[in-house]
Amino acid sequence: EDRELLERQQHEDLSTKKLRLTKPSKSAALHVDLCKATSPADALQYLLQFARKPVEVESVEGVVRILLEHYYKENDASVRLKIASLLGLLSKTAGFSPDCIMDDAINTLQNEKSHQVLAQLLDTLLVIGTKLTENPSVRMRLVEVACKHLTDSSHGVRNKCLQLIGCLGPVEKGVAKEAESQAAKDVQKIIGDHFNDQDPRVRTAAIKAMLQLHERGLKLQQAIYGQACKLLADDYEQVRSAAVQLIWVLSQLYPESIVPIPSSNEEIRLVDDAFGKICHMVSDGSWVVRVQAAKLLGSMQQVSSHFLEQTLDKKLMSDLRRKRTAHERAKELYSSGEFSSGRKWGDDAPKEEIDTGAVNLIESGACGAFVHGLEDEMYEVRIAAVEALCMLAQSSPSFAEKCLDFLVDMFNDEIEEVRLQSIHTMRKISNNITLREDQLDTVLAVLEDSSRDIREALHELLCCTNVSTKEGIHLALVELLKNLTKYPTDRESIWKCLKFLGSRHPTLVLPLVPELLSTHPFFDTPEPDMDDPAYIAVLVLIFNAAKSCPTMPALFSDHTFRHYAYLRDSLSHLVPPLRLPGRKLVSSPVSPSITPHEDPSQQFLHQSLERVYNLQHLDPQGIQELLEFTIRDLQRLGELQSELAGMADFTATYLQCQLLLIKALQEKLWNVAAPLYLKQNALASAAAKQILEETYKMEFMYSGVESRQVVIIHHMRLQAKALQLIVTARTTRGVEPLFGMCEKFLQEVDSFQRCFISELPQMQGSFVDKLLDLMPRLVTSKPSEVVKILQTTLRQSTFLHLPLPEQLHRASANIIEPTGESDNPLRFTSGLVVALDVDATLEHVQDPQGTVKVQVLYPDGQAQLIHPKPADFRNPGPGRHRLITQVYLSHTAWTEPCQIEVRLLLAYNSNRSKAAAKIAKSTWNESPEALPQPENGIEGTIPFSKPVKVYIMPKPARR
Amino acid sequence: MPEIKVTPLGAGQDVGRSCILVSIAGKNVMLDCGMHMGYNDDRRFPDFSYITQNGRLTDFLDCVIISFVSNGEKKVLLFCGVLSLPYFSEMVGYDGPIYMTHPTKAICPILLEDYRKITVDKKGETNFFTSQMIKDCMKKVVAVHLHQTVQVDEELEIKAYYAGHVLGAAMFQIKVGCESVVYTGDYNMTPDRHLGAAWIDKCRPDLLITESTYATTIRDSKRCRERDFLKKVHETVERGGKVLIPVFALGRAQELCILLETFWERMNLKAPIYFSTGLTEKANHYYKLFITWTNQKIRKTFVQRNMFEFKHIKAFDRAFADNPGPMVVFATPGMLHAGQSLQIFRKWAGNEKNMVIMPGYCVQGTVGHKILSGQRKLEMEGRQILEVKMQVEYMSFSAHADAKGIMQLIRQAEPRNVLLVHGEAKKMEFLKQKIEQEFHVNCYMPANGETTTIFTNPSIPVDISLGLLKRETAIGLLPDAKKPKLMHGTLIMKDNSFRLVSPEQALKELGLAEHQLRFTCRVHIQDPRKEHETVLRVYNHLKGVLKDYSVQHLPDGSITVESILIQATAHSEDQGTKVLLVSWTYQDEELGSYLTSLLKKGLPQSSS
Repeated sequence: EDRELLERQQHEDLSTKKLRLTKPSKSAALHVDLCKATSPADALQYLLQFARKPVEVESVEGVVRILLEHYYKENDASVRLKIASLLGLLSKTAGFSPDCIMDDAINTLQNEKSHQVLAQLLDTLLVIGTKLTENPSVRMRLVEVACKHLTDSSHGVRNKCLQLIGCLGPVEKGVAKEAESQAAKDVQKIIGDHFNDQDPRVRTAAIKAMLQLHERGLKLQQAIYGQACKLLADDYEQVRSAAVQLIWVLSQLYPESIVPIPSSNEEIRLVDDAFGKICHMVSDGSWVVRVQAAKLLGSMQQVSSHFLEQTLDKKLMSDLRRKRTAHERAKELYSSGEFSSGRKWGDDAPKEEIDTGAVNLIESGACGAFVHGLEDEMYEVRIAAVEALCMLAQSSPSFAEKCLDFLVDMFNDEIEEVRLQSIHTMRKISNNITLREDQLDTVLAVLEDSSRDIREALHELLCCTNVSTKEGIHLALVELLKNLTKYPTDRESIWKCLKFLGSRHPTLVLPLVPELLSTHPFFDTPEPDMDDPAYIAVLVLIFNAAKSCPTMPALFSDHTFRHYAYLRDSLSHLVPPLRLPGRKLVSSPVSPSITPHEDPSQQFLHQSLERVYNLQHLDPQGIQELLEFTIRDLQRLGELQSELAGMADFTATYLQCQLLLIKALQEKLWNVAAPLYLKQNALASAAAKQILEETYKMEFMYSGVESRQVVIIHHMRLQAKALQLIVTARTTRGVEPLFGMCEKFLQEVDSFQRCFISELPQMQGSFVDKLLDLMPRLVTSKPSEVVKILQTTLRQSTFLHLPLPEQLHRASANIIEPTGESDNPLRFTSGLVVALDVDATLEHVQDPQGTVKVQVLYPDGQAQLIHPKPADFRNPGPGRHRLITQVYLSHTAWTEPCQIEVRLLLAYNSNRSKAAAKIAKSTWNESPEALPQPENGIEGTIPFSKPVKVYIMPKPARR
Repeated sequence: MPEIKVTPLGAGQDVGRSCILVSIAGKNVMLDCGMHMGYNDDRRFPDFSYITQNGRLTDFLDCVIISFVSNGEKKVLLFCGVLSLPYFSEMVGYDGPIYMTHPTKAICPILLEDYRKITVDKKGETNFFTSQMIKDCMKKVVAVHLHQTVQVDEELEIKAYYAGHVLGAAMFQIKVGCESVVYTGDYNMTPDRHLGAAWIDKCRPDLLITESTYATTIRDSKRCRERDFLKKVHETVERGGKVLIPVFALGRAQELCILLETFWERMNLKAPIYFSTGLTEKANHYYKLFITWTNQKIRKTFVQRNMFEFKHIKAFDRAFADNPGPMVVFATPGMLHAGQSLQIFRKWAGNEKNMVIMPGYCVQGTVGHKILSGQRKLEMEGRQILEVKMQVEYMSFSAHADAKGIMQLIRQAEPRNVLLVHGEAKKMEFLKQKIEQEFHVNCYMPANGETTTIFTNPSIPVDISLGLLKRETAIGLLPDAKKPKLMHGTLIMKDNSFRLVSPEQALKELGLAEHQLRFTCRVHIQDPRKEHETVLRVYNHLKGVLKDYSVQHLPDGSITVESILIQATAHSEDQGTKVLLVSWTYQDEELGSYLTSLLKKGLPQSSS
């Protein structure tokens, strides 16, 4: 009551100023609070409370005025500080343009004595400035203000000033000239002057401001380079870290300029000099700087190869005599042909004497930067160094060759992340390199690692590695087989790896074939077991090599051919078609030159669809038959042509829905007498339910569905819902329940219209089109009438043409583990939990972290839904995901072991669907409150993997 | 001139018996207290009589700092900085504080006791310290944390930095006022599997005393060696062979354990690893406790599992040696000269599937040295001939900084002088030359007993009163770190402290009356006009020249420029000459003399 009174008063007072005080205003409340405050602590409390609540856009200005008023009255610096920070917060309010309060904010600076408050006010100005970046005069003014305060004795104020200049300083040439007439200011020079400030924080801020200017598009002057180099020797790590960045920026801006080398009269390119300096920072005292430096090295690609190769250089010595590194020794051993001779004592004995004068212990420049970086104490630095190595090696093949030894060494790092990173790096540069045998040996040793990620990364690496000798291939095969026996779950990954290994090195595999197949010129050897994964692995290698080596099949024995036929059928993705003597090539692969439109199967798909869409006015019987045939054709097509499977399934599903709808609506059934209703109802309600399910599948299980298809799917769903309504209306007695249903249905029609307003013109003659025409009548009429209308509209409406998108893939999942083959039940004590490892591959699932769930069905019908952690999903390739997680099972005691089912589900939520997103977007600005935020709940789930049975046995707890 | 004196009692151009005496700003500090293994009499201890000749040790020394405790390897035992400590403190007599890090303090008594047993009980020597002496000695020890500044007395403070090398090794900064010395002890600049790298901030000491064991060596990366080692062990175990690794109790043994433990974990291996009990077990216990002293990986993963709580490594029992199947055994001592390692070696030597890996240096004459130099037939006691069929491998794992590491540390700390200890003279020479050449600092390498004097140029702090500082900064521009600034004030030196205060305050404090000092000067000007006209002309002239100063014409006919007074009178004899009396206080000396010289030049010919 008080408040309202006061508001009214205020309204009268401020009638000259137009303040909209329609709602109980925040500003007024704040004013009251602040007036009530007796001590600074009180006022601070009020302000803190106030800051917790959001302020509407309309009242921001009013609140700011009130705050400013109190600001001038306030004697306590801490309250003023809070007010200043609130001003900044308020200026950030979306939709509020702070130019009206800028003058006031600048004015407050003038009489402020407290440095902290000054700094906070400058921060507020920065916020205001960043909101008004497109206004150059505002920016100029703020920059001037900042320059004025640069001489302040407090580091905080200078800090903020530099930040302000960095964010708002003029960048464009034209403006700069204009500014010159006003204040003759060269922002770069002003900032550069503060590189030598006495406070390290200000120095850092100056460098950061300079970087900010660069980011905003100002070309930095080369003259700063010298200054920046001096900053590299600063005492404070944050200064050095920023300086490294600055040097990097300059090296990218002026790579080709020439700079002199101090204490000699030589000159080098700037980028080389900068590279040397940053390399030097890799052995800095602070690890933050080291990480920074190592990271930046990777992106300096213009550096000369001479400097680049120095980074891997390290001269060894022992008692002043030159020593060879282990890498050099390994290489020599290898080239002299006695690889892996074993180490002897004194093998690394130093050789020639070194000229003491020539040894340079502290290397200037790039020398050994990576050697240091890779041996660093902190794994962050090592990872950064590996990444940099990767980037540089990708652009320089000769460097790639050189850094190989070092990368291989990193495979044995103590931190798994580093190992993984270096394996990935190696894979990325593997096009440029061929592994030496000793290197391969080291690489393969890692195959025994207990971490699955490491092993799989290594398999991927082997897929694209070049091996130089047949011994190398043999070694790789042996190690992979060892891996297979130790970790049988790696089967798929190893087979795939061998497939590529074979197809890349056919000539190296050829001499190994007799040994691998253990054939003998005179004796028949026993036929190996066809189910042995190791034998399959060997065959995969051989068959893939044989693809491009026509002489190889001559070495096969009879059973090999038989096994080929079997594997070609069962593991067709691993075994390529071979041109075998005496046999025709079974299926000619589709040559990739045919574009999708010319592809006969694609044509077939389109033709059959055309046929369906054209024959709309056939008798119902005819339509049904045609649909049935087409659906069958499409399903078969999907099975034959894997690349068209998604599309064929999608259309088949759609046609299936249509077919169900037609069947359910058959006129003669609806006309029969009451006793037969039951049967009819059962059929119709089942059809409606199925259609609903199918539409959800269509919407959420396929990747690549566009909004054109979404409309059609939603339309189909609407029809299904109409059908449900009709069925309910016919079966239920009484009108009351129908009211609600009708209303709900009409709401849905309405929201459909809102969502797809742009698509409506293309839906001439469809169910919804007709329905919208009748809408005014429907809204007013009784439920029974509505039902009647619906029934006729449904029957009369035409069949919508479903356009096909370019690419359509059906989401699929395959549970690799548990395999479901085990006869040994998983025993655990009831009431406790047991962890079940689940490993599955997912294909074409969008946002698997949010949608994929694991379901466990117990024999008693109890179902459990498990949400895997986001970290359980890995992304090995585009469109592919891998789920490796643990599911915790628990149950009360059973007398017998029994099977539970594990399956993967795709959770969906129509609020999260594209349609909902569209509504949200279109209506957001108009009425933000009208639509609640789409919740992250689950509306339903679609099973999309084959269930796997797991045998478990919860034992009763022993007392 | 203030100076720092350094006298090595041991380890000067020499390896072992580390003991260095440092006098800094009147404080005497002893660094380390090692022992020489080459002698069996008093010569094995540092020459404490050098100190005691002037009286009791406690009176002379302000504190003793122990940088680290040894590895337990024989060669490295020489470097151990602690072995003479009980002799020094109990037998020679020292009651002052002894500083060392916590892990060092924990391990020290075990090591000393072990060493005492060997010397006294086994060799039967007398005149050696007793167990009680060790206990008494340990009571005088004060443990310090890393980066903790310990105030030894009012002026002397010490601070420890991490040094890698072995558990608990530390570098010490010794500071008196603004003079400081850093003593590195032994350190390691490259991290290994269980310890991190030495680190120091840019403390810019006046003197850095660094070890220089590997002054002429630049080592290869550790990775290759580790990989080779693991590969060897792995291959042998896979073949079903047994691996013997003779080690000493502390240091490298733990490193190798961690290495094997993680490898077993990683590769999912099942073969057992055994560790011979005794000292090593106790040592492992301390490694478990002092996790903060280990490297990043162990520190980070310690929340899940303490890496020193070995999962795969178990205590060894004598009977295990005859077990069939593969195994890895760490056994002491490291040179195969006696004890358990030799016993196992004899059992396994005959099988070519087995392997022995020597992870360190072996002294001539030991079995270790013999097999390393390729001898395949060994004559054991009792004229037995042992044929060695097992494979013999050598892996060196050393934890000292190499030449590069030393240079890197110097670069980090930025000392004004460097002093090399703990190394061979010839090697030091090389490093000294390099240091002087690359850092342009003086480098010293005194021999034992030789005193090096380093003159320092300490900056002397002076307290300035805030009022004065504010007043002076208000006049000039912002303070600039690079440029010296002139300021007026009075320096009071009283009670060992320096204060800079304003003159008024100084007068007040000292109870003196203020005296004004004025300079007066007469300037003759040829001007026939009346006095007041001359004054006016002077006034206009000065006003024109001195634009920045306040020039006033007072009603009594005098002119003031700031506080300078100018009066004009006619010359008593010559009316055409006017005498200008210029008077200024000594504070305005600069302006006053400028003014007189200006007036002496005469007035400009005015047009009027």
